[in-house]
Amino acid sequence: MNAKQRKIIYRIMPYAILTLIGICFVLPLLWVMVASVDTNAMQTLKLPRAVTADNYIEVITSRENQRAFLIGLIMSLGQAVLVVILALLAAYPLSRYQMKYKKSFMLTILFMTSLPITAVMVPVYQLFLSLKLYDQIFGVILFYVASSMPYGIWMLKNFMDSVPLDLEEAAWVDGASVFTGIRKVVAPLMVPGICTVAIFTFSGSWGNFFVPYILLQNPENFPASLKLYQFFGQYGMIEYGNLAAFSIMYAIPSIVLYILSQRFMSKGFGLQGGTKG
Amino acid sequence: MSSMAAEGYSRKRNSYSWLYFMLPSIAIMLVFFIYPVFLTFFYSFTNLALTGESARELKFVGFDNYLHMFKDPTVKISIWNTLIFLFGSAVIGQQVLGFFIALLMKHKNKTFRRVIGTIVLAGWVTPEIVCALCLYSFFGDEGTLNSIITSLGIPAVTWLYTVPMLTIILANIWHGTAFSMLVFQAALDDVPSEVEEAAVVDGASRWQVLTRIIIPYIKETFTTNMMLVTLQTLGVFGLIYAMTGGGPGTSTTTLPIFMYNQAFVNYQLGYGTAISLLLLLIGIVLSLFYTRSLK
Repeated sequence: MNAKQRKIIYRIMPYAILTLIGICFVLPLLWVMVASVDTNAMQTLKLPRAVTADNYIEVITSRENQRAFLIGLIMSLGQAVLVVILALLAAYPLSRYQMKYKKSFMLTILFMTSLPITAVMVPVYQLFLSLKLYDQIFGVILFYVASSMPYGIWMLKNFMDSVPLDLEEAAWVDGASVFTGIRKVVAPLMVPGICTVAIFTFSGSWGNFFVPYILLQNPENFPASLKLYQFFGQYGMIEYGNLAAFSIMYAIPSIVLYILSQRFMSKGFGLQGGTKG
Repeated sequence: MSSMAAEGYSRKRNSYSWLYFMLPSIAIMLVFFIYPVFLTFFYSFTNLALTGESARELKFVGFDNYLHMFKDPTVKISIWNTLIFLFGSAVIGQQVLGFFIALLMKHKNKTFRRVIGTIVLAGWVTPEIVCALCLYSFFGDEGTLNSIITSLGIPAVTWLYTVPMLTIILANIWHGTAFSMLVFQAALDDVPSEVEEAAVVDGASRWQVLTRIIIPYIKETFTTNMMLVTLQTLGVFGLIYAMTGGGPGTSTTTLPIFMYNQAFVNYQLGYGTAISLLLLLIGIVLSLFYTRSLK
């Protein structure tokens, strides 16, 4: 092998390897997309003999599914709104005031963002039983809010640090209260930050399975993630088309929100991105 | 109105005003997050159960749950399974594969980068139950993988029964690699190209550039990403639960699955909590390292 051949191989190799990786990653995804429009979907990826929207229509028209999607939406939306409001309030003194234990508080918050939620679910279940919050949609929202509060505070505090104080002071001079200042001056300047937090908390709970699985019992209260699991268990072996259509519909909000979030994360994706201490 | 403005100005004088702002979020975190963490320690020393006699009378049992844990062979199996799962899907899979993809993508055709990047990202953005379904049918007896290998003349394999651990590791790689890929792409963009070019001019081989310049330069990203990915992988439940349910037998029972089975299938909440304390402690240690690394 001479130098020239070697050079060509070095140029082509990365493309070949990446293409292979890409194929491995795309096959499972392709299956769910194709199966969702196939009249006779099977477990394997195959060309559909006829393309149909029936699977989607069946999924959408089912009362139970509508309910599950609506509950999922209420949970995730409720969580996102509460987290943004509460974290914005908590971030304000952390960003603006001189506080004695600010640094240790922020480190505790950072520490809490990375704790595995899975590990506390058994005690949370017990706690929910004693607080009569078990099997309540509102209870699940409360837990979601608590578990993503550290992330929300951490992000919004850092975003708020970059909002100049002068503008706010100008508003005070014009007679605005602290709260009006936050609402009319600080928050509008933090829209990208607020959207990032809202999107990430929303899609986090939208995709979550474990938390509602532990905290809910009545199938009438199930959000989309649990409904899909139930569906998977009951008819998984036969109804591939419907299952795939449900999956796609359930995955779409996560995908759309991710694409939207890219517009707000101008700085790109670095570990240092939201984490300047 | 002017009194309100004055209130704004004197904000530093009123030393308790921060409390009004922070009270709601601190309260909700205390009740639903920090208190359960302490409950984990507390319950793990009790005989808490969902049914039967001990459901009515909560008793302290000291280290009984822990002694039970040491004797329980399934605990050893699930710790071992968790380690294999962590090593395969977090260390090798997400970290190494994520870095490898990011490295290969560097300086490649823009459209090509975008296509491959989007495909890998799709697996990350997809909710875990959908991932479980996609990969379950991919590895299924009549799934895509078997269709491919039988068309090549290789006999079909019952992947989910023969190599269940491998299937859940690959599923988690499929679901998680994009995160590491993004992190390493950002880190690799920070490596100054002049240094790399200078090394090439001085006659360094590709391998030398990689091991002597690129890797040392982004060393910290490796450690931080490693901890984050390990923490995420440690808590994986839905993906494994929906794909294999921890089986066949106990072959894919990781700690979270074992914890769930003990607490909610066998109704032994106290024992389940003792297992989750193990998870929590590993999580706490890793989180402390993570927090320190960013300090």
